Amino acid sequence: MESLLPERQFSQKWHIKGLLTVVLVILILFGSGQMTGVSTDFSWDQFWQILIKMTQPDWSYVSAIVTPILETIQMALVGTLLGTIIAVPFSLLAARNIMKNAVARGVIRFFLNLVRALPDLLLAALFVAIVGIGPMAGVGALTVFSFGMISKLFYEAIETIDDGPIEALTAAGANSIQTIVFAVVPQVFNQFLSYFLYTLEINVRASTVLGYLGAGGVGLYLSQTLSLFRYDRTAIVILAILVVVIIVDGISNRLREALA
Amino acid sequence: MQLVKQSPWQRFRPWVITAVVVLIFAWAFSGIPLASVKPQALIITKAIFHGLFHPDWSYVYTGDGEDLVTALVETLAIAFLGTFISAILSVPFAFLAARTKKGFFTPRSTLGKVILTIVRVFPEIVLAIMFIKAVGPGAYAGVLAVSIHSIGMLGKLFSEAVENIDRGPNEAIVAAGGSALDGLTLATLPAVMPEFMNYTLYRFEIAVRSAAILGMVGAGGIGAPLIFALQTRQWPKVGIILLGIIIMVTVIDFLSGQLRKKLV
Amino acid sequence: MASQTGTIQVKDVSKVYPNGTVGLDHINLDITSGEFVVIVGLSGAGKSTLLRAINRLHDVTAGEILLDGADITKAKGSQLRVLRRNIAMIFQNFNLVKRASVARNVLAGRVGYYSTFKSTFGLFSKADKEKAAENLNKVNMLDKYYTRADELSGGQQQRVAIARAMMQSPTVVLADEPIASLDPKTTKMVMDDLQHLNRDLGMTVVVNLHSVPLAMAYATRIVGLRAGKLVYDKPIAEVNEHDFDGIYAEAGDKE
Repeated sequence: MESLLPERQFSQKWHIKGLLTVVLVILILFGSGQMTGVSTDFSWDQFWQILIKMTQPDWSYVSAIVTPILETIQMALVGTLLGTIIAVPFSLLAARNIMKNAVARGVIRFFLNLVRALPDLLLAALFVAIVGIGPMAGVGALTVFSFGMISKLFYEAIETIDDGPIEALTAAGANSIQTIVFAVVPQVFNQFLSYFLYTLEINVRASTVLGYLGAGGVGLYLSQTLSLFRYDRTAIVILAILVVVIIVDGISNRLREALA
Repeated sequence: MQLVKQSPWQRFRPWVITAVVVLIFAWAFSGIPLASVKPQALIITKAIFHGLFHPDWSYVYTGDGEDLVTALVETLAIAFLGTFISAILSVPFAFLAARTKKGFFTPRSTLGKVILTIVRVFPEIVLAIMFIKAVGPGAYAGVLAVSIHSIGMLGKLFSEAVENIDRGPNEAIVAAGGSALDGLTLATLPAVMPEFMNYTLYRFEIAVRSAAILGMVGAGGIGAPLIFALQTRQWPKVGIILLGIIIMVTVIDFLSGQLRKKLV
Repeated sequence: MASQTGTIQVKDVSKVYPNGTVGLDHINLDITSGEFVVIVGLSGAGKSTLLRAINRLHDVTAGEILLDGADITKAKGSQLRVLRRNIAMIFQNFNLVKRASVARNVLAGRVGYYSTFKSTFGLFSKADKEKAAENLNKVNMLDKYYTRADELSGGQQQRVAIARAMMQSPTVVLADEPIASLDPKTTKMVMDDLQHLNRDLGMTVVVNLHSVPLAMAYATRIVGLRAGKLVYDKPIAEVNEHDFDGIYAEAGDKE
């Protein structure tokens, strides 16, 4: 009987594209393995020792980290607020429907992309070098970090608004500030608040480790307990971080649902 | 004409909310010593910007393995390998945490979600230090830290993908006499695969950023030379490293974004 | 397989859901080989539950269902899989793997004949691949062999699903509202395909339908369900269109 199976091109039949992708990924994996010196060497007893110590937390340490945990939250709040305040004008200038000049918009967006390329801890290291050890470095790092994130979220939100009210106000003879106040802000306000809370969640998480590099907050106690091999106390710090993150996420999620 | 009267709560609500928000931020600012900035902050800022615009080009490539390119490639290698391992490890956790049956009491899914939350919140830096104790300082510890930490987020995203798929094709396989495993490999996995890859690429973008930091605690990559240059105030070197990181992150974001667009 | 002719005996089957809802209420139904049975009834009358009980996608709470004499309600593991592969099922929303090719979807109908290892890696035999092409040809879909399933229209997807069902070489075909998501023209094509399975390949076909005219056009026997009870069962020759007024009347209409 003659085969009914339809013919396929050579490249399709042997899945050339898929095969090449797989080969490429395997090559990169091997290269990465070589580069990073990954091996089967793993000192399990060292690792277990740490884990076992962590499972017996030193509860008396809780009282010592209440203040730094609160400082962490304060840093996150201040950093997010300052970052948001700076982000608002930039997000307006980066939104297609507000900023009609493509070149200016491109420059602003390029700048925002550069800011967003910097990881939070790297910013912390920079700010520790600039302003010195302490919570101000953390606030600086979080301000720049949230500025990069919020301005992108905001301008994308602004670009999705309905143009009708803007046109109506322009037709009524409003200037650009009046247009923003009466046509843009009411449409995006709830979304802005929601993004603010979302960024706050991320910042609370980030702020807990910034102190590791000297940028204030509870992270300092991570580095202290770790360098003294007091893993039973490290466990307390991690538990405290877990509790704070879960509470802040919980509150923020509730508020965001109420806003939606 | 008379306006409709508002209840007292409706009238006061905005004021109450405003007061609460103001109080929260007043408390927050009270904890930050705003005046504690080092006097030479401005000078250092200027020095960093000067370094950014006059970077130390000689550091880019020296051929002895102690240069910017080597450190950046090592950073990418940590992120790539770590994300790859993490993606594989995340799959069983995703199926553990996915809520595929209706009902109030789902112990399996709840257990999975709790594990993933703990992994997600456990600071990556602490993981890196723990792994340094186990395998010594270097990129290997970084790979392990990224591999484990990323499970928290990838496992969560994967499990949501599993929860959202159409169960029908799986049912069709079972109806044709296939086993549960047949249903998984022939119907469920093909349906979730593109989403898994999309999330893995997204997580890779994040892993590149973390790998750039992990060196600050000794877990390989560009972080170590950066913190060293900062401490020794070699601003032109700081400048070239920052430029290197910015370019690397931007290029990876772009490439990964293009790939992800193709997947959908 | 001489002993497998495609008879279904539903004996005193009931299904009560955990929350107390009665899905099926003491159903007795004998379907002999080569019948084209259409089950009619309102949504929620238990049509779907009955069909899914026959290949045990749903468990029943009482009674037994015999397929060529073997009780599927008590079958386990590989025994259940062997029974299931003789019963093909066609679904309302096709249930194709959207991101897989048509060929792979059709071959999936053969899973019951392969070990999990082989099916996972797509190690289907040459003969089965030929068979897949043949079956796709029968439903006029051969030119879509390598196409991804999500590029097809609804009617085309249902025809691929029928080709998948044929791959099982079943003795019984169950179709759960197979045309509910289709337009009138493709409806006719799909119903004709089912008729072909019944008349030319000798399979027993059981179909759930909403539409009485369609039932009258294709069935050799019509069964009516109402609130989980079997309230009507006649060969097509004795069916009168007004018989269905009772089945389709809302509970309140009769009182």
